Amino acid sequence: MQIFNHFGSYLLFLRRMISRPEKLSVYWERTLLEMKNIGAGSLAIVAIIAVFQGAVTTLQIAYQLVSPLVANPVIGSIVSDSSMLELAPTITCLVLAGKVGSHIASEIGTMKVSEQIDALDIMGINAPAFVALPKIIAGVIMVPCLIIISIFLSNLGGILAGHASGILTPDEFIQGARESFLPFNLAFSLIKAFVYAFIITSVSSFHGYKTEGGALEVGHSSTRAVVYSAVLILFSDYLLTQLLL
Amino acid sequence: MIELVDIHKSFDGVEVLKGISTRFEPGQTNLIIGASGGGKSVLMKSMVGLLTPTSGKVVYDGRNFHSLDYKEIRHVRREIGMLFQGNALFDSYTVEENIEFPLKMFTDMTKAERVDRVNFCLEQVHLEGINAKYPAEISGGMKKRVGIARAIALDIKYLFCDEPNSGLDPITSRVIDELLREITYEFNMTTIINTHDMKTVFDIGDHVVFIYEGKKWWEGKKEDVRKSDNKELKAFINASYFE
Repeated sequence: MQIFNHFGSYLLFLRRMISRPEKLSVYWERTLLEMKNIGAGSLAIVAIIAVFQGAVTTLQIAYQLVSPLVANPVIGSIVSDSSMLELAPTITCLVLAGKVGSHIASEIGTMKVSEQIDALDIMGINAPAFVALPKIIAGVIMVPCLIIISIFLSNLGGILAGHASGILTPDEFIQGARESFLPFNLAFSLIKAFVYAFIITSVSSFHGYKTEGGALEVGHSSTRAVVYSAVLILFSDYLLTQLLL
Repeated sequence: MIELVDIHKSFDGVEVLKGISTRFEPGQTNLIIGASGGGKSVLMKSMVGLLTPTSGKVVYDGRNFHSLDYKEIRHVRREIGMLFQGNALFDSYTVEENIEFPLKMFTDMTKAERVDRVNFCLEQVHLEGINAKYPAEISGGMKKRVGIARAIALDIKYLFCDEPNSGLDPITSRVIDELLREITYEFNMTTIINTHDMKTVFDIGDHVVFIYEGKKWWEGKKEDVRKSDNKELKAFINASYFE
């Protein structure tokens, strides 16, 4: 029963968040700041993960497809498709759940325990909207951008690893990737990114907002935000794949 | 003027406030005193709307706060300023941005007008020239004063202060007390202060309400506190002198 209670609180939090936002100019300013934090702030880790992900996938696929009957461009097509459909959106967002999610939960949690949220309430400001809405909007704009970068870098990693190890040439990789490219795959990847971004930012904001107590509870909220976000990402990954592919 | 009518508040069946009624007049420093855990903070949170009383009324100049609609509550809240025990300044904002914040949210002032107002508020709390500092870069007493400046940034009618002297040395405490009294008289505000600092009571307590175990046990002027024969109040005062 507790899970329904929890889910109900989450929905009420979202409802309160989308009702009656105050001055839009202030929200816009905060959204731009959050876009910088979430987008630019996560670029380095996303880039590192993407390059190595593409490189390792290329080497593993080459290892598994040791056959004269399989043309080299097939490796490029498999790496490219799996990066787009699964690795870039899901793995990147699991990492973002740890980085961005814990940051959001601890930031809002600290505001809660240090009475900053109470201060907003007393001023007559819609506190859930003020603290969470800019983060959610920034997340759903920036995470898909990060995923596009991740897909590109993942392919680049694959090309570099293939070339460095002598498994396949960059031309063969690109030929394979081009041949198997379907625009829907990219759309599917962006749909996933959009859903995951919403999960990471809203779930983390909710856990931060529900923090009661002190520093220890802020840590607990941060951990809970990451765990819930990761589980929900995996669950929605399955659901979206089942529904859309 | 703020009027409390028979305020009760329970948490999970435990009654914390047991029918408190009193009246806080404008242009006065109204002090709520009592031991920790006696219900002072719950009473203040019920007054500002962070908690909803189980029963009873909180009336702001004829407006029953807890029966107002959302729009009216927001209107009343813009007339309220609060100084929190832990300051509640926004860590990621500078002093100027903290004080400017309510102006940005609720007025159509230009940036220049807002900065003028910020400087005026900082002048009121004797803290000129620290606009660019972050809360982490200033002392506890300065944070309290910035908290007061933020509270008065909009033209408020009611100022609530929760333990304004907690964590401060005696000299800074007196500065804060004096500041609260000055602001109250100058702007004719209804100021309500939660405290257990008896020095504050005897320095600035125009109207004192003593809360004990969730009930109002005594109320009167600071001059009458020592004359009171209320057993619990006497015990509280004596204990304060031994602290």
